[in-house]
Amino acid sequence: MQIRLNSLCRTYGDVHAVQNVSLTIPSNIIFGIIGKSGAGKSSLVRLISLLEKPDSGEVYYDDERVDTLEKDALIQRRRRIGMIFQNFNLFSSRTAARNVAYPLEICGTPKDEIKRRVSELLELVGLADRGNAPVSTLSGGQKQRIAIARALATKPDILFCDEATSALDPQTTHSILQLIRDIQKKMNLTVVMITHQMEVVRDACEQVAVLDGGSVVEQGTVEELFSHPKTAVTKDFLSHISSQDAIDSATEKEGELVRWSNDGGEYALRFVGSKTGEPVLSRLSRKFNVEFNIRAGGIQRLPENEIGTLLTDISGDKKEVEAAIAYLKEQGIIVEKLSKGEAD
Amino acid sequence: MDIQQIVNLVGTATLQTLSMVFFSTVFSLILGLPLGILLCVTDPATGIMPKPVLNQILTRIVNVLRSFPFIILMILLFPLARVIVGTSIGTTATIVPLSIAAAPFVARVIESALKEVDPGVVQAARAMGSTNFQIIMKVLLPEAMPSLVSGITLTIINLIGYSAMAGAIGGGGLGDLAIRYGYQRFRTDIMVVSVIVILVLVEVIQVIGTKISSHLIAKR
Repeated sequence: MQIRLNSLCRTYGDVHAVQNVSLTIPSNIIFGIIGKSGAGKSSLVRLISLLEKPDSGEVYYDDERVDTLEKDALIQRRRRIGMIFQNFNLFSSRTAARNVAYPLEICGTPKDEIKRRVSELLELVGLADRGNAPVSTLSGGQKQRIAIARALATKPDILFCDEATSALDPQTTHSILQLIRDIQKKMNLTVVMITHQMEVVRDACEQVAVLDGGSVVEQGTVEELFSHPKTAVTKDFLSHISSQDAIDSATEKEGELVRWSNDGGEYALRFVGSKTGEPVLSRLSRKFNVEFNIRAGGIQRLPENEIGTLLTDISGDKKEVEAAIAYLKEQGIIVEKLSKGEAD
Repeated sequence: MDIQQIVNLVGTATLQTLSMVFFSTVFSLILGLPLGILLCVTDPATGIMPKPVLNQILTRIVNVLRSFPFIILMILLFPLARVIVGTSIGTTATIVPLSIAAAPFVARVIESALKEVDPGVVQAARAMGSTNFQIIMKVLLPEAMPSLVSGITLTIINLIGYSAMAGAIGGGGLGDLAIRYGYQRFRTDIMVVSVIVILVLVEVIQVIGTKISSHLIAKR
């Protein structure tokens, strides 16, 4: 199911929460919408998921206009949308299994079919043995798994994840993202993932839109965004992820940015895909009269590709340095000059 | 002889009080529950079925009825009792004003219990395509059940107090007994026994209500 947004606007009082957002979310992929808090993510997702109506603009699911649906048609359409939340939003008055049963109950599904489908779904999310558990006895990760099972009960064609991993620790986040990716493939879902964590985009999404001040400021594949960040907001997200990871663990996690010197690192070099295998730097040293002092380095693994990052000083004659950088850019390597301290 | 008389008098009065409290609880729930639900769902703040004007009107009515002194409300409602049950004196007649006086209280109690339900959970139910009726019946009421039970317990206890006051204007029951014998005929012993029975009733209701409520919470 493709989702198309056309000039969406939504104002609360005098806050322009969503400003003129036009976006096409392709069918059958995991699409990320990233933004800081207050960037308008939650407002946007409420508009796309038909919880609220836009002041102006249109929402299309495939070719059907859905933002104008009323009453019964709206309720029927919502029943084919799955949604999970940061706080899980499970019914505390129901057991895990009866939470999963809820969306089926409200559609008037026959009892024995509900039973069959619920055990299928609990199996799918790996909690077949916790069906009778009261919700309060489940861990955060288990709660989100139940929420996912509940969201998928009616076999929706779209799944919205509103900060679905923000309340979870990194390990649990990882396993939930893995589950969402598996399910997306299995069920041919269009998944829209709203988040403020670049790690989530990196680990799960194929395409991404960056939201700032209620507007989409940048959009593309995750690879493009990581290798050619255009806006300050995106760069900020990326620098955050690098330093965060460096602090997290210097040695134990593979593929994070490892820093062995706390100062320096005037330039960030980003190598995309096949370039990670080429001896560009040593070639460069021979070709130009410059020296490299590598301060930090690592590889970000995307679902489809990988991006190598090096933070380095380049010393030597000013002209030579400039020529060297020009050469690097020619080779398809992204060179970014960092102001001192920015990489931290 | 004296003890026999006290037992007879207090026994009859207790049964009268119990029947007044039981029926007025039932009827005040029948009136107050829908009103409380309406107060909650029409409030623009909960956003389930926002109807600001209706909500304002209902809020005003409930506020006025709640701040009305009960004893005056009872007197005002006697004509209504005559229409409904055919008399304005005695236990049966008292049930009418008691139910109507307690209904706004019940509405408020129900409203505040329902408003405690996590708005996120309601949003999730809405996102899944629940109708408003399904949100009320399958989400709001079950989720708020422990608070609803505490609220209803409070209502019953209040009604025991109200029913004692109703005694002052000929309603029957333990309050009536305490006033007619204890106050007007200086029978302190009957007054004391009546008061003790009322205290025991309140205590028993409170303990049962708390038990049910905490049992519901423990199951979650």
